[in-house]
Amino acid sequence: MSTQSMDQSQARGLVIEAVRFIVPDADFDALGDDTPLRSEFELDSLDNLSFMETLSKRSGVAITEDDYDRLVTMRSCIDFLTAK
Amino acid sequence: MASFTMPSLGADMEEGTLLEWLVRPGDVVSRGDIVAVVDTAKAAIEVETFLAGVVSELLVEPGTTVSVGTPLATIEPADADAAAAPAEPEPTPEPESVPEPAPEPSPEPGPAPVAAVRSPLVRRLGEQLGVDLAQVQGTGPGGQVTRDDVTRAAAQSPAQSPAQSPAQSPAQAPASAQVSPRATVPAAAGVRATPYARRLAAEHGLDLAAVPHAAGRPISAEDVRAAHEAAAGVIGSVQGQAAEPAEHVAEPAPEPVSVPASGAAQSDKMRAAIAGLMARSKREIPHYYLSSTVDMTRATEWLREANRNRSIGERLVPAALVCKATALAATEVPELNGYWGEDGFEASSQVNLGMAVSLRGGGLVTPALLDASAVGVEDLMAQLKDLVNRARRGRLRGRELTEGTLTITNLGEQGVESVYGVIFPPQVALVGVGRIAERPWAVDGLLGVRPLTTVTLSADHRASDAMTGARFLARIDHHLQHPEEL
Repeated sequence: MSTQSMDQSQARGLVIEAVRFIVPDADFDALGDDTPLRSEFELDSLDNLSFMETLSKRSGVAITEDDYDRLVTMRSCIDFLTAK
Repeated sequence: MASFTMPSLGADMEEGTLLEWLVRPGDVVSRGDIVAVVDTAKAAIEVETFLAGVVSELLVEPGTTVSVGTPLATIEPADADAAAAPAEPEPTPEPESVPEPAPEPSPEPGPAPVAAVRSPLVRRLGEQLGVDLAQVQGTGPGGQVTRDDVTRAAAQSPAQSPAQSPAQSPAQAPASAQVSPRATVPAAAGVRATPYARRLAAEHGLDLAAVPHAAGRPISAEDVRAAHEAAAGVIGSVQGQAAEPAEHVAEPAPEPVSVPASGAAQSDKMRAAIAGLMARSKREIPHYYLSSTVDMTRATEWLREANRNRSIGERLVPAALVCKATALAATEVPELNGYWGEDGFEASSQVNLGMAVSLRGGGLVTPALLDASAVGVEDLMAQLKDLVNRARRGRLRGRELTEGTLTITNLGEQGVESVYGVIFPPQVALVGVGRIAERPWAVDGLLGVRPLTTVTLSADHRASDAMTGARFLARIDHHLQHPEEL
């Protein structure tokens, strides 16, 4: 989908941006890369949908419902986005 | 001349602070127009008028705290006919009235005297809606005026013809000349702005002096929001497209802000409001509790299929199906949908499904999806997103906070298996939805792994018995087994 693949730090920036769109004061400093984002930031299903939506729009990467399970932690999100 | 009064925006509200006027003397308003922003213990609420006509005088300055029922403005009714209440005397049998509690239709159809209105709830609703109760024909037991009667009367009377009024109003002409909504005049040194606008600007880090606004009047929250959205630029537009079908998006969703009136004091006030209401619920309402395990296999399969070809922004979540199933069940078991008042239970003819929405700053609000049983699941999903989004930004409308008839809490989203909630007075039931999780489950003598959820009901034993509650849960289950019909 994307014309050129994204690097790690771009992907990380996008994930942070997508979370902060929902939780404006989300603190990533102390967050490990393997912590599930949804429980950490208390995202409900509507928030999660919004997260996926922002991530997809900003990255240009299509995200299907089956992909949700691969977009759980910072690390898995980065892996997903940079692999496309 | 009618008064627009400080509305009661919840059973726990005693007073409110007028934050901002969205109209000025001379403005023509129709029923349902948002005319002011009011701050309660819980959030800033956009308040509608139920009167139609021309605003003649604003009686309360922004920043003033007054008790519920205090006149805030006077409104010259749209025309003489409308002012004199029901022009057509027959309060026509309501078009689509679902089961109405009318065991003994009033013997004579004369207007019930005010004294007959014993329920304070109904009286308060009458005040809120600007309905003269003496003119309302009661359909309740013994000719009692019910909430539905009042709502219906409000719908029938003043509203109708705002189009005719402008010409008649002398005040209108000069006022409208200066309305030019957003003339881009940069503010001069001593910036005039409403308190709410100041607070919003502070939250967004905007310089008030740089906010474009119409000449000759203070900067309003609208102006600040417009400036903020302009500044928010990219993200705003992304979300704008992303969001639901156009008609549900009142404004191009700005960045989510939690409760506008944030800060420790506000959160203490909210805590106190919740404490008061919940303590009252447990003190007054004899709760009974039921639960039922619902197999979500069909629902999740149907959703998966339905979402396959949808863009992310149009996808449905299971909560939308559960809400629709609950709303339908409430129409089928009306004993759980309505209010408990001095005269006992009053069923509501419409399902306004309150959604427990937790706020990021702590606390919760329970705005309602109005007439939730009447819309398809796609529309309900769009409304759900819009409602939750506005709840978190503190931009709810008065009706959404006052007219809930049944509440649903979806704590399963946070992982709990089941939730037995506390009923929101004066409602008589609350539905709790747990997490959808895969579990061993026997079907036709075979053990399989299925997505299951626990749906619970907390209900008011004064208004219904457990048999009724059981029937209600069975109907929710039934609807979730037929997602294609939702």
